[in-house]
Amino acid sequence: MQSKTDDIEIRLLLDALFHRYHYDFRGYAMASLKRRLVQAREHFQCESFSQLQDRVLHDPTVLPKMLSYLTVQVSEMFRDPSYFAAIREHVVPHLRTYPSLKVWVAGCSAGEELYSLIILFREEGLEERTIFYGTDINPEAYRKAEAGVYSLDRIALFTKNHQLSGGKSSLSDYYTAAYGAAVFDKSLRARAVFSDHSLVSDAVFAEMHLISCRNVLIYFERALQDRAVGLFKDSLVRRGFLGIGSKESLRFSAHANAFAEFSREARLYQKHGGPGNG
Amino acid sequence: MPMLLRSSRARPAFTRSMEALEMAEHKPDSVVPRQRFRAIVIGASAGAVEALGAILPKLPAQFPIPVMVVVHIPAESRFSLVDLFQKRCQVKLLEAADKEPIQAGTVYFAPPDYHLLVEKDFHLSLSSEEQVMFSRPSIDVLFETASDAFGTGLCGVILSGANSDGAKGLQAIVQNGGVAVVQLPESARSSAMPEAALLVCPSALVLQLEQIGTFLAQCQVGEQA
Ligand SMILES: C[S@@+](CC[C@H](N)C(=O)[O-])C[C@H]1O[C@@H](n2cnc3c(N)ncnc32)[C@H](O)[C@@H]1O
Repeated sequence: MQSKTDDIEIRLLLDALFHRYHYDFRGYAMASLKRRLVQAREHFQCESFSQLQDRVLHDPTVLPKMLSYLTVQVSEMFRDPSYFAAIREHVVPHLRTYPSLKVWVAGCSAGEELYSLIILFREEGLEERTIFYGTDINPEAYRKAEAGVYSLDRIALFTKNHQLSGGKSSLSDYYTAAYGAAVFDKSLRARAVFSDHSLVSDAVFAEMHLISCRNVLIYFERALQDRAVGLFKDSLVRRGFLGIGSKESLRFSAHANAFAEFSREARLYQKHGGPGNG
Repeated sequence: MPMLLRSSRARPAFTRSMEALEMAEHKPDSVVPRQRFRAIVIGASAGAVEALGAILPKLPAQFPIPVMVVVHIPAESRFSLVDLFQKRCQVKLLEAADKEPIQAGTVYFAPPDYHLLVEKDFHLSLSSEEQVMFSRPSIDVLFETASDAFGTGLCGVILSGANSDGAKGLQAIVQNGGVAVVQLPESARSSAMPEAALLVCPSALVLQLEQIGTFLAQCQVGEQA
C-alpha cells in the first residue's frame, strides 16, 4: 500500500533530519506533520519522500524551507483576547508581588505572542522589572520576532484583539507604519531575549514566573508533550503560571498533578507550591 | 433484500441522484449499508444545522462507531453545536480535544478555528495551521487524515454547503476503499458542496437527509485492523 510506503519513507526522512541537522520531529503528531510533508514534497517537486530526503541531506540550503513546512507559523497578536484579559486581571496581581520577573514564550513564532505580553506588562507597569525570553526552533521565526515588523494588513486584527483583551492604550502607540509594514518600537524589545531552544531536546535555562506556550503542544505526540510540560514544571518558580492554547489541556499530561487549574476558561495553570514540586 | 445504490460507473450526477431518489422512495429499506465501518466522518457548511439536525438524532445511544464532524463556523463563534444538538440526541456529543482517544458512541465536533485530525493510533489531534480552502476547520483535512488511519473502514458523508471543501477528502476515502455518501444536491440547502463532491466521487451513494440518518444508524462496526 502506498500509504504504508509513505509512512516508512517519512520515518526515514525524519531520522535523516535528526542525524544530519539535529532537528527532531520524530515525536510530533503525525497526521498534521504528514500533510505538511506532502506539501513540502510538492513544493520541491519530488516524487517521493525518499527523494526529498536525498535533497535535504545533500543540500543544506533546502533545510530552512523544509523547516517552514515542518513548523506551523500561524499566529496573531493578542490571539484569543480572553487569555490576555485573564492574565491582566488575575495573574498580574500575583506577579506584582515579585521584585523581578521572568517571562518565557516557548514556540514564539514571529513574536506576536511575546509582543502582546510585553505591551500588556508595560500597560500594567511591570515591564521594567521583567526579562522576556522568546524561543523557537525555527531561526527564521525568532529572527522575525527580533525585528518586530509585521505586514500592515494584519494590524486591524491585532488592534481589535488588543482592545478586546482590555488594552489600556492604543496599539498604534507601539508601532510606526512604513511601506506597508508596521515596525514595532525598539523599546519594546529592550528587555527581550530571542534564542534557539527546542522543547524536544533542550534543558531548562532559567527560573520563570510566567510561561506561555500556546498552540505548540498540539503538534506533539503525548510523550513529547509530557517532556515539554515537565520542562515547564521544572523551570517555573513555586506558584508560577503556565498558559497554553485555548483548545489544549493538561488533562492527558503525566505532569497534570503538578499544576492547579487557575483559570479553566483561559487555560491558565498554576504550579503547586508545596515541597517536592519546587 | 438490501440493495446497493453505489455504482462504480461514472454517470452524470443528475440522473444518478434522481434514480437514487426514486429507488429510495419506493424501497425505503434499500439504504442498508453492506460494509462494516470503524469510523464515520461528516462534513457540512451552509445548511449544516438543518442537515445534522435530521441525522444525529437518529443515532442510537450505544452507537458502536465513532463519528467525527467538521462544520464551518466562524473562528470567533461562541455558538456550540454540542449544546445545540445534545438535547435532541441519544448519542454522546463532544467538542473534540487534542489527544483525545476516539471512542464508540461518541460524536466529536471540530472546535472553531482548529483543524481536526485523526492519528493512526486512533486518537484525535488539533492543529491551528493555515486555512484550507478558506476554512479552518477544514473537511478535507479531517477526511484525508481519517482515511489514512481507517482505510476501508471509513464512511465519509458530505452534506449541504456552499463551497467545495470535502471533495478532495471524500475522493481520498473512496481511493482507500472507504464508502462515500453525499446528500442529494437538489435536497440540500446549498447544493455546491454535494455537487463538488459528486464531481470527483461519481460512485458515491446519493441520499436524502432522512435516508442518510437511517443508513448511518444501521451501520455496524467492523473489527480493528
Ligand atoms: C503555531 S506556532 C504558535 C505561535 C504562538 N505561540 C501562538 O499561539 O499564536 C508554533 C510554533 O512552535 C514552534 N515549535 C515547533 N516545535 C518546537 C519545539 N520543539 N521547540 C520549540 N518551538 C517549537 C514552531 O516553530 C512555531 O513557531
